[in-house]
Amino acid sequence: MSALLVKGGRIVDPSQNLDAVGDVLLVDGIVAQCGGTIAAPAGAQVYDATGLVVTPGLIDVHVHLREPGREDVETVATGAHAAVAGGFTAVCAMPNTKPVTDNQATVGFVKRQGEAAGFARVYPIGAISVGQQGETLAEFGEMVAAGAVAFSDDGKPVENTQLMRTAMEYALTFNVPIVEHCEVMSLAHGGSMNEGIVSARLGLKGIPAEAEEIDVARCILLAKRTGGHVHLCHLSTKGSVDLVRWGKAQGINVTSEVCSHHISLTEEAVEGYNTNAKMNPPLRTAADVEALQQGLKDGTIDLLVTDHAPHHYDEKEREFADAPNGIVGLETALGVNITYLVETGILTLNEMVNRMSCLAAKIWHLPGGTLAKGSLGDVTVFDPKKRWVVDPKQFKSKGRNTPYGGHTLTGQAICTIVGGKIVHQVS
Amino acid sequence: MSLLGKDLVGLAGLSREQITTILDVAEPLREVSERAIKKVPTLRGMTVVNLFFEASTRTRISFEFAEKRMSADTVNVAASGSSVSKGETLVDTARNLEAMRIDMVVIRHASSGAARFLAERIESNVINAGDGTHEHPTQGLLDLLTLRQRFGTLEGKRICICGDVLHSRVARSNIWGLKSLGADVAVCGPRSLLPNAIGEMGVQVFSRIEQAIEWADALNVLRLQLERMQAGYIPSLREYNRVFGVTRARLERAPRDILILHPGPMNRGVEIDSDVADGPHSVILDQVTNGVAVRMAVLYLLAGQKASLADVAKGGAA
Ligand SMILES: [Zn+2]
Ligand SMILES: [Zn+2]
Repeated sequence: MSALLVKGGRIVDPSQNLDAVGDVLLVDGIVAQCGGTIAAPAGAQVYDATGLVVTPGLIDVHVHLREPGREDVETVATGAHAAVAGGFTAVCAMPNTKPVTDNQATVGFVKRQGEAAGFARVYPIGAISVGQQGETLAEFGEMVAAGAVAFSDDGKPVENTQLMRTAMEYALTFNVPIVEHCEVMSLAHGGSMNEGIVSARLGLKGIPAEAEEIDVARCILLAKRTGGHVHLCHLSTKGSVDLVRWGKAQGINVTSEVCSHHISLTEEAVEGYNTNAKMNPPLRTAADVEALQQGLKDGTIDLLVTDHAPHHYDEKEREFADAPNGIVGLETALGVNITYLVETGILTLNEMVNRMSCLAAKIWHLPGGTLAKGSLGDVTVFDPKKRWVVDPKQFKSKGRNTPYGGHTLTGQAICTIVGGKIVHQVS
Repeated sequence: MSLLGKDLVGLAGLSREQITTILDVAEPLREVSERAIKKVPTLRGMTVVNLFFEASTRTRISFEFAEKRMSADTVNVAASGSSVSKGETLVDTARNLEAMRIDMVVIRHASSGAARFLAERIESNVINAGDGTHEHPTQGLLDLLTLRQRFGTLEGKRICICGDVLHSRVARSNIWGLKSLGADVAVCGPRSLLPNAIGEMGVQVFSRIEQAIEWADALNVLRLQLERMQAGYIPSLREYNRVFGVTRARLERAPRDILILHPGPMNRGVEIDSDVADGPHSVILDQVTNGVAVRMAVLYLLAGQKASLADVAKGGAA
């Protein structure tokens, strides 16, 4: 028997409506007891969480781990290490790898790499279409059997609307979400930042908000038609929030997510041609940021994610329009979310934990997301008041591409526990 | 540090005083080009690299004349590269130039922000000779000088930039420079070739060329690149001329004489008709002459020269 007693922390577990100081006992990787004062069993390791917040392990349903194919940029192991350093006990890995994770063998490979690394749990997401070519449906059943938890062609949209319809219908068999990167390519084509006054000033081709919103509308309507579950990636505009709000009000099976950078930064971050502020969808306006924050508050947006996208330094060290999209986020997300959502009073700590853990498990049917007795012994312990300066050189991720370098954030993961074992700890 | 700072990457952010100084310095330098021996020793011993990632004969020649008339040593580098390799080329080129201890770089590049990118990575002075669809500050300055010579002051003068503002680096430099000097600025062109948010830059927007002509004291007619038709921004060059062309017939209906500027090279019969380009109100050749003077002034000021302007214009001992 192995036992770990997390003592004296403020337990915040929205899945049980729990917010109280108490202890959590993990035995053989499972929650044996949660809340109140618990006596340490003989031989148990004791972690003193006094003054800290203890929550169900954080889950990020949207990360890019680059393996197989670009192990020079990130591996499943380094990505999973970055995850626990940021307080995440589980991540869902997007399939736009090289080769594409569109078959049973690759899904199994990613899953095994995650298990071998022994940091965060890694749940593979399979591709919707073979090779992410947008033509032929990939083998969902085989991939689910190998451990896939959702399907997505993220990195790009499923442009073929008939294929998207079929994917939503076919996924009903397996009760998994179809996860769409919302972008109308013919409208976004060639753009490298939000279309607006900043792009006009900088002389960069813009991506209009409608490039996202038209696809959001299409997916909601297809979910209405099919009854399938569509999960919309990284919403970035006010219009998208309004459309999802409408869809949910109609009872359509749509869920959505927002990235930490989209609730904290605006297009102004691109000034100076800062490629570490280049991502897709792009950073938008202050009005969009506010709408996204409100969407989180009222439940229109279900989840907070990172869209962790590591790139080599020299790939970002180039002309803005030619630099790759994406930033790393696993090690800054908790701090960004606390700084920009909790400290500002937009979300309570409970609401934030719900959107970073409990709801992720619930709507994607993943294990964890709760500290209820008998559930996974995945626990995140964080200090919601700790102020720290982001130093990309300290990242466990191989990626250093962050727009938050040098920023002071409030809130940091202090101890990350996966399956009853401490896998990351700040002394 | 010179009045301009280390680099000239754009007119955005330059003060009215800085712009006025460049134009004031350029005025007497025009005279150098009128002499039998068109040379002053001002930049003797300095090395200037003209780094052109994108072909532009006119701009390169204008810079080269300016450099040579100031007695600088010049090296022309025509760097080409596929879109895939050009990122590495730019970083590597910057490092190599830095290692060769040159003094100034004039850069033309197809990517917006490329001049600034280089300026942030090398010690040498960097002059932007056009970056993507961002800025072309020396072109903007020569337009300002040309207008100032004709109008005396730009305060309250109404200048309309006509055509493909979306893809134009000249348009942005013009907008910022003109506004700094107190002019009223408008743009006119098909909405498909104007940035969606252009109104937020503090300019009027005309959708008909007739309105622009009715309003303006000067038109800066931009070159319409033939690719814009192929890319579907406009239906045809023929229609563009019919709807937006600056023609003599249209100018004859103007309530006042309008100066006509064009950055060149012109598509005669598309954005501008020949009889306008060669007509009495065209200052297009003045622009070319002023281009050399303005570039001499920028080189002079960035080099942080202490010699008085009078000495420069007199020439001293070459
Ligand atoms: Zn995406
Ligand atoms: Zn993504």
